[in-house]
Amino acid sequence: MDASPLPVPLSAYLTLAAVLFTIGVFGIFLNRKNVIVILMSIELLLLAVNLNLVAFSAVLGDLAGQVFALFVLTVAAAEAAIGLAIVVVYFRNRGSIEVEDISVMRG
Amino acid sequence: MTAAAFVFYVLALVTVMAAVMVIAARNPVHAVLFLILAFFNAAGLFLLAGAEFLAMALVVVYVGAVAVLFLFVVMMLDIHFVQLREGFLRYLPVGVLVGVVLLAELVLVFGASAFDAQPAPPPPAPAAPSNTEALGRLLYTDYFYLFQAAGVILLIAMIGAISLTLRHRPDAKRQDIAAQVHRRREETLEIRKVKPRTGI
Repeated sequence: MDASPLPVPLSAYLTLAAVLFTIGVFGIFLNRKNVIVILMSIELLLLAVNLNLVAFSAVLGDLAGQVFALFVLTVAAAEAAIGLAIVVVYFRNRGSIEVEDISVMRG
Repeated sequence: MTAAAFVFYVLALVTVMAAVMVIAARNPVHAVLFLILAFFNAAGLFLLAGAEFLAMALVVVYVGAVAVLFLFVVMMLDIHFVQLREGFLRYLPVGVLVGVVLLAELVLVFGASAFDAQPAPPPPAPAAPSNTEALGRLLYTDYFYLFQAAGVILLIAMIGAISLTLRHRPDAKRQDIAAQVHRRREETLEIRKVKPRTGI
């Protein structure tokens, strides 16, 4: 095994994660009406963060980063489940999932 | 460029393409499928970085559970997705502005070669040969309470999702276990002596 644990410079991983994160944020802005795509964009954001954590963990030789990425994965799964449940309930009540309708504070 | 670096760039390119298609796809089912593709490639990137367990967990948790959940919801809800894309072009300029600023900042910080000038990493602990075993040793010792807290979070998410979406329909026939248990023989059975060749 060579000296570096990563096949490419660390900055390549970080740049890739930055691009993914930006795509996620951009997706939230672009699909302002569609909650499902917003949830998918959030998954992309968390994936970018995980990439950063794993890359730093590999370079620094410290497994704590991977443990933290595991926790991020857990919370992301929980968030997706709850978010989709809320979307389903909201659709049952209102018949649409437009974000602008959600500002109304009654059921 | 080594073979591993080449694989990295291919995976990175496909990941970025898939991520772009996730947010730009007209059909949300396609968006979910591109999300799955992005997660598969990210799992490959994790493998290249030496995080085998996380890569497998990513495939199992995301592709196996979360993406399928998204697919279920997208297909279950009867939504006019064309309507939902009406503001697409209106939000495009501000989205591009925010995206470009954010990307410039992040690349200026992360892309700087300062991070590449790390000192040589300390050798990994020789006691743990595989990534999974090392991760398990760490998870069940130093991070034990956080690990339990993650389990509690998953439990809360499960209970929350069930209690949010569960509804009792009055018109549906359901099993009433109390009524079943409280049945008595006298109410349900009647014994009659029937003579041969005669009806009841």
